[in-house]
Amino acid sequence: MKHTISVLVENEFGVLARVAGLFSGRGFNIESLSVAPTLEPDTSRMTIVTRGDDRILEQITKQLNKLISTIKVVDFTDEEYVERELALIKVTAESDSRAEVLRIVDIFRAKVVDVTPKSYTVEMTGAPAKIDAVLVLLSPFGIKEVVRSGPVVIGRGSKGVAG
Amino acid sequence: MKLTGSQILLESLRLEGVETVFGYPGGAVINIYDDLYDSPINHILTRHEQAAVHAADGYARTTGEVGVVIATSGPGATNTVTGIATAYMDSIPLVIITGQVPTALIGNDAFQEADICGITRPCTKHNFLVQDLSDLPRMIKEAFYIARTGRPGPVLIDLPKDIQVASMKFSYPETVKMRGYKPTAQGDVRQIGKAAQMMLKAKRPVLYVGGGASLANADPELLRLAELLQIPVTTTLMAMAAFPGDHPLALGMLGMHGTYFANMSVTECDLLVAIGARFDDRVTGRIDAFAKKAKIIQFDIDPSSIHKIVRVDQPVVGDLKWVLTSLLAQLEEQSQDVARQIENTIDWRKEIAGWKAKHPMGYQASDSVIKPQYVIEKLSELSAEDAIVTTEVGQHQMWTAQFFRFRQPRTFLTSGGLGTMGYGLPAALGAQVAFPGRQVIDISGDGSFQMNSQELATLVQYRLPVKIAILNNNYLGMVRQWQQLFFDKRYSQTVMELPIDFVKLAEAYGATGLSTDRVDEVEAVIQKAFAIDGPVLMEFKVCREENVIPMVPAGKGIHEMVLAS
Repeated sequence: MKHTISVLVENEFGVLARVAGLFSGRGFNIESLSVAPTLEPDTSRMTIVTRGDDRILEQITKQLNKLISTIKVVDFTDEEYVERELALIKVTAESDSRAEVLRIVDIFRAKVVDVTPKSYTVEMTGAPAKIDAVLVLLSPFGIKEVVRSGPVVIGRGSKGVAG
Repeated sequence: MKLTGSQILLESLRLEGVETVFGYPGGAVINIYDDLYDSPINHILTRHEQAAVHAADGYARTTGEVGVVIATSGPGATNTVTGIATAYMDSIPLVIITGQVPTALIGNDAFQEADICGITRPCTKHNFLVQDLSDLPRMIKEAFYIARTGRPGPVLIDLPKDIQVASMKFSYPETVKMRGYKPTAQGDVRQIGKAAQMMLKAKRPVLYVGGGASLANADPELLRLAELLQIPVTTTLMAMAAFPGDHPLALGMLGMHGTYFANMSVTECDLLVAIGARFDDRVTGRIDAFAKKAKIIQFDIDPSSIHKIVRVDQPVVGDLKWVLTSLLAQLEEQSQDVARQIENTIDWRKEIAGWKAKHPMGYQASDSVIKPQYVIEKLSELSAEDAIVTTEVGQHQMWTAQFFRFRQPRTFLTSGGLGTMGYGLPAALGAQVAFPGRQVIDISGDGSFQMNSQELATLVQYRLPVKIAILNNNYLGMVRQWQQLFFDKRYSQTVMELPIDFVKLAEAYGATGLSTDRVDEVEAVIQKAFAIDGPVLMEFKVCREENVIPMVPAGKGIHEMVLAS
């Protein structure tokens, strides 16, 4: 089963390698990982998407907590949360297909951020499934390049997760 | 007054109470060694950095204090890795200080540069690269705190050369503030209460004790618990000295080479109480056949040990000394229930006594050839009550666990988790440095001994009277045993073709060498060695194809033991 985990870590030398090494060393899988500093410059927040049964997830959570640099681990799977991913998509758009590509971009509330006579670069934000959908619709025109950020998540409601 | 980085390091070590360090100099630590020249800290020069780490590990296992190592950058640092991994697997507190090339050269493939923080990340509890001198005192303070608290382990500090020579005003922090590291010390009293109730109701309880018990200095509480409820005790390799080997409740070791009665007790019990043990595969055998009739209680300091291998019915996370003290207090309040429980478990202890009588621990004695088990029995018999025993890895290690009767905690040092050949001699060296007046014995095989035999030089240089007993069968015996049993006796690369003259080897280093192949001389050789006030190597030319029995074949349940060779 897919799990999305937030890990709050001390923003110190080697911390990303510690977390990534833990996953590879213990045979856990990482589907995506995104990381950036929080409001406090000495703290970073990672969002990790992983897969595993309950026993594996229990181990992942415990092993992450065991790292000295880890401040907090939250598994969002059983909670209400907002999930967003950013994708930049460079799609072929020549004479007859240009209007059709724009229509799809509009439907998904994405936007064009770079234009050439032969292509559009589309910025799209949404749940990962939405991005998958737009990619399916755009692929017949010819996708030259895709960059995805991996999802980030935040819990619903007024309560915040802080260090 | 300003101090240099290397002076700050040594002053911080002194403030942490460090009296002895083990190490080996080199270009990237030459400043530290220059300051060490005037320092009150005692330095033991081993002949290899791996041995320095094992020696610090032996020092830590016997004293309970943090062992300290200094090594240079590059090859010096990479030579420490096996020692660090050994300590990590067995949860031994160490602080390893490695020199590093100057910060401006890091990443340039400089001379004797290795990314030791990257290399040791998976085999240390934590590590630090010092990038700014102002961080150094805090990092040392944190390193010692991390190493010795919670589940102990090795911590490495990588110290670049330019930071060793830079200077600043020194003050050592008094407290540690780490947002991400707050080990649980006290257990949940309610959970301990539930565990107590389970222990008061079980018909067939067994205590399964691991290395964590001695690490927490909870051996006296363990003894009281076993005696209070009259629960039989089986110990892992790591815990052979945690419970007196000659105690009526002692079942000896369990697992792959465990006793028949320990493995049967675990298989037939209805309550298994794990105390500082982590359900290693050498202990459990086939996991779905392990203690399958039992409810399981697990006491452990490390939350990630709980439910890792087996599902536990009642976990308690906390320092074992605290937890067992609390458990005993709860049980002692219920003296009637305790008395009734002792009555209720009489049949269980009788059943175990039956297993003991049916298949006691033993071997086929011989008058013509020295049996390795016989040598160990004699060492056990003739050694002092508080003798410290180390082993290497292989058959001799298992025979030591099976036939040496340990009487006091922290007297058995062996590489249980990683299984590191070459551990025993340097570990004995470290133990002897910690306890100059006690008997220290390294029980070894001819294969393992040659992995760190250079440390004979260190023993002689520092007049460390370690006694080495090599059970020489001219084989890599444990692998040979597997080849005999599972590979049609195809002894691929396990025959040590070149016979070594171990007596001459000892003498070349200035130690005493003794050798015998006669059964009737074994006792005399041991007595003679023990009487010599200096390092002695005893070689016993033993029965070559003796096997370690009982044995649970790989993939079998621990009740499916092979009992005869």
